[in-house]
Amino acid sequence: MADLKKGSKADTMGLHSEALKGRTQQVFFDSEAAENFYYYGAYDVDFNKRIEVDAQDLTCRQLNENLHSLMNEGYGTVVVKNPAGKHSLGVGILNKLNLIFEGSLGYFGVGSIDGPTVRITGRVGWSCAENMLAGKVVIEKNAGSCFGAAIRGGDLICKGSVGARTGIDMKGGTIIIGGDAGAFTGFMMQRGRIIILGDAGANLGDSMYDGTMFIGGSIKSLGSDAVEAELTKDDISWLKRKLKVAEIGSNFDVSKMTKVVSGKKLWNYDALEPTERKGAI
Amino acid sequence: MCGIAGLIHKNKTVNIGQELQDMLQALKHRGPDSTGFALYGEGHDDNFIMRFKVGENVKEGSSAVNEGSEIYDSRKAQVDKCLIELGAEVVSEEQITPYSFKYVLKYDEDLMEFSKKIESVEMTEILSIGKSLELVKDIGDAGVVSEQYGLNKIKGTHGIGHTRMATESGVDIRSAHPFWGYPFSDVSVVHNGQLTNYWNNRRALENKGMRFMSECDSELIAVYLAEKMRKGISLEEGMRDSLSELDGVFTYLVATKDSLGMAKDTMAAKPMVLYESDDLIALGSEEIAIRTLLPQEIDTYDPYDGEVKVWQI
Repeated sequence: MADLKKGSKADTMGLHSEALKGRTQQVFFDSEAAENFYYYGAYDVDFNKRIEVDAQDLTCRQLNENLHSLMNEGYGTVVVKNPAGKHSLGVGILNKLNLIFEGSLGYFGVGSIDGPTVRITGRVGWSCAENMLAGKVVIEKNAGSCFGAAIRGGDLICKGSVGARTGIDMKGGTIIIGGDAGAFTGFMMQRGRIIILGDAGANLGDSMYDGTMFIGGSIKSLGSDAVEAELTKDDISWLKRKLKVAEIGSNFDVSKMTKVVSGKKLWNYDALEPTERKGAI
Repeated sequence: MCGIAGLIHKNKTVNIGQELQDMLQALKHRGPDSTGFALYGEGHDDNFIMRFKVGENVKEGSSAVNEGSEIYDSRKAQVDKCLIELGAEVVSEEQITPYSFKYVLKYDEDLMEFSKKIESVEMTEILSIGKSLELVKDIGDAGVVSEQYGLNKIKGTHGIGHTRMATESGVDIRSAHPFWGYPFSDVSVVHNGQLTNYWNNRRALENKGMRFMSECDSELIAVYLAEKMRKGISLEEGMRDSLSELDGVFTYLVATKDSLGMAKDTMAAKPMVLYESDDLIALGSEEIAIRTLLPQEIDTYDPYDGEVKVWQI
């Protein structure tokens, strides 16, 4: 907040009567507080307890309620057959779970998840894993636009190509793309990392104000605020480890990737807590 | 929001009406106000098929004014008189609804003059003229419109369709998609998005003699492309020009007698999922539309920003 001094123009005009200092949000995450690790509806599941569900004749709501019922019964591995491009499947799972979709998802698949490991053997539509908090999602084929919009953590991996605005507004986590990415990738990203093994479309990183992107192929154009940066040894080491864990690009030469970061510095950014600034990545 | 869909079978004739109906019904949630089909059937080598309306559907949800059937009959008689004056020979005629007709015609002269004459009759609009195109649009979802017009019996090679959520103009047939590429036979357009330089372009095109029947911004694309073709520019080239000359966010489909094309704006703000094989091209705002044709696992992808594609039958 602004530190308005006595005698300033605003002060003489009578626009302000108090001097505002510090941050407006003073409540910080307490890692010791038990309530931060408890969710209503958290289930004790066993990964060895496996079940198959056929989604052919189920609505989105029916399937999602079914998943919660199965977790409540202790199933830790659920295979969903015939998702058939339906929307909003597998959303809001705040639990550890090994979830496998044998087929393709429509829009908003596995959104707002916190913890599960998801594998999708087909394709996903727009806004897959939007607002994901933690966990791992692997898509074997292509993804639509807004892939990983506003994610805050976890690993989101697409082995094919993705549409426009991948990682828009992302606030943490890692997005890995085996193929190409469309226009406006990393649009307004605030934290986190995006790895693209193929080409990036126009306006890469437009209006980004933190976070890092690594591009293996060509870049059609950089957006405003995005600039190229030097690839460090730490970056290369991290990229190798991350791709290995993601089981993608095993023979990819990460040392030739282009690193893209934000070229602007936000007002008051230095005043942010370092742990908060860096913790998400 | 709106939903659009299209499909083209290569070297094969299928029940195109039923297939497009299924695709559009799957997209009903994107736009329940009206549904339209541009179907490219087996057609007639020598004769034109003309679909036209002399009034609006006034059922619940429509923004049109209620008119009596005697008014429709009077307008239809005026259209018949115009056809005689134009020298057109009516081979067959069919009344689908009180306000909607399908004529098969013999006519060899200029289609623009023909259209101007017919549309001089009050509330009369030619929905399409073509050797194979049959353009049908009305209030209701795909199932309702298809049943009303018997579309599930139409066989053909390709088609495009639209489910509309009315935003900037009324719920009526004139604002529904597809739009005919007046005055070219067999050209139709469906669009998902918004055009922000609609009025500037419309005024410019009207000054060049092109006609607009609605205040729906999507109609601009059809008229814009028709004007390009009138100047001798190819359909694909005109579509590429549209990426820079039409402002806004859009994904649109165009169909002609033997081709189907799609264009996506440079912001890639409107969705499109594409399936391509040697025999079939299927496109939809959402994959679930394509799934109605191909329930098995398939490879699909989103075309990128600024992409234009055209396929031939």
